[in-house]
Amino acid sequence: MSLTVAEVRKLALLARLDLSDDEVASVRPQLDSILAFVKQLTELDTTDVEPMTTALDVDNRWREDQQLPGLMNEEALANSPSQNEGCFLVPPVLGVVASKKS
Amino acid sequence: MLDSALEVLRLQSRGEATAVEIAAKAIDKIEASQGSINAFTHVDRELALMAAEAVDQKRRNGEPLGPLAGVPVAVKDVLCTKDMPTTCSSNMLRGFRPPYDATVVEKLRQSDAVIVGKTNMDEFAMGASTETSAYGVTRNPWDTSRTPGGSSGGATACVAAGTVPLSLGTDTGGSIRQPAGFCGVTGLKPTYGRVSRYGLVAFASSLDQVGPIGWSVQDIALLLQCIAGYEPRDSTSLNLEVPDYQAVLQSIDMRGMKIGVLRNELDVDGVDDAVRDAVLSSIDIFRDAGAEMIEISLPHSSYWVPTYYVIAPSEASSNLSRYDGAHYGHRVPQLDPEKAESLGPLVATYCQSRAEGFGAEVKRRIMVGTYALSEGYADQYYNQALKARRLIKGDYDAAFSQVDLLLGPVSPTTAFRLGDKIDDPLQMYLCDLFTVGANLAGIPAISLPAGIDAAGLPLAIQLQAPPLAETRLLFAGAAYQAETDFHKLRPDNFGS
Repeated sequence: MSLTVAEVRKLALLARLDLSDDEVASVRPQLDSILAFVKQLTELDTTDVEPMTTALDVDNRWREDQQLPGLMNEEALANSPSQNEGCFLVPPVLGVVASKKS
Repeated sequence: MLDSALEVLRLQSRGEATAVEIAAKAIDKIEASQGSINAFTHVDRELALMAAEAVDQKRRNGEPLGPLAGVPVAVKDVLCTKDMPTTCSSNMLRGFRPPYDATVVEKLRQSDAVIVGKTNMDEFAMGASTETSAYGVTRNPWDTSRTPGGSSGGATACVAAGTVPLSLGTDTGGSIRQPAGFCGVTGLKPTYGRVSRYGLVAFASSLDQVGPIGWSVQDIALLLQCIAGYEPRDSTSLNLEVPDYQAVLQSIDMRGMKIGVLRNELDVDGVDDAVRDAVLSSIDIFRDAGAEMIEISLPHSSYWVPTYYVIAPSEASSNLSRYDGAHYGHRVPQLDPEKAESLGPLVATYCQSRAEGFGAEVKRRIMVGTYALSEGYADQYYNQALKARRLIKGDYDAAFSQVDLLLGPVSPTTAFRLGDKIDDPLQMYLCDLFTVGANLAGIPAISLPAGIDAAGLPLAIQLQAPPLAETRLLFAGAAYQAETDFHKLRPDNFGS
């Protein structure tokens, strides 16, 4: 099994990673060898084995529905790359790059 | 003095040293070692001296003191600290200042510990050599041409270099135990849920756990006592009483304890002779201390690494999707207009910010995880790995119905040379051969110093125990250290 360049590019887009041509070239054989290595898991007979998602024997945790202190607006925004009028400022989903001048 | 927390406590209670003097000495040693070891991403002399002064003040006033009063402690840079940057050794979080402390950091402060700084690590804890850090490699104090291990390489190197007696690391697949072994110190990965993960930046949430690193079992028992316990902000934190970890260290009589030796692990290809011999000689030591030794095997152990390298990257790809350049972290300064056109400005911002912010190993794991979770492949990879995980857990359950502890190696080799494995991801993953089982099963495990090989590099053995049996690991570890002096060996330049 071997991933094509197009498949690596598709995977990168799903992962929201803009890889350069050089990066695609170097990561492709690495992904191939990692995936071939982990593929040995398919040898295992897991009929009737329940998937194990956690090492704990616990169910969902419940708590009282009460107000607890959270982050204040200023704290939440403190590390933001761009902000405007107390909100996170991000580029538009569609259209051209234009940012509101603050 | 800086190689024992208990000694640091004694010196203060006898009035032979103040917390300020101890903190100043620790910071001096850190600064002197940064050029050769580079164990820290951030050091704060002023904050450390302030915390130390507060301890001295309390002592002068006769106020009650916490169990780590005036003890310098280093914190792995994956744990949130509200008064210091938290970078995960990634460009993605360069300069990031969390708005809150991790629970374990809060608990350190409540224990009157003196936090000296943040330690270097593999980026987002992904690696076994601390070479994937965006802030330069950390070097092994025993031989600076070699890796300290990883991902908690800074956390173990700073102890081995004699700068602090204790540090906090995290262990997702061996990231405390392997570097502890490479640096000749003692490191413990607690049971999943024993220590709160609140404020631990998530890598693989079902595997991550915070744990203590120090020279002796006595010292790490002290630190574990301070950080363990229930905490509602981590929904996987266990609501169970924490035992008295010091109490179990009173006896070294191992009669009545049965230890299973994972003999098969010693015959795996690529295991160093010295590593094998260290485990074999420890069998005699435990037997002489009174333990009954039997051979045992975990049938699915050859599937540990492949299972781990599906589950951990899958969880990582999901956890790291939060780094999108929108709310915090790196955002690309200049969008590529073509990409903005084809993907839309927002998605292009995500893609470019992540491409710039993450290093090669993090990208690789995100890609593997994305693949393993993607439509058409999830059953074959992720779901199959979850089933394999149950089989692996079942092996441990069966083993622990026969024995109290499992004994084996920590890593196949001693500390390797910097650069040796960084270009071959799969070779790096195989460093985790003997450690990932404990994470997959959620059980506690300890790495104990076991001597020095012919090249002058530390050797180590690993003990694993059933869930919540940290007491048993500490008891057996203390018994081992009572019979051996391996944990008292120091690198050549240690005292300088």
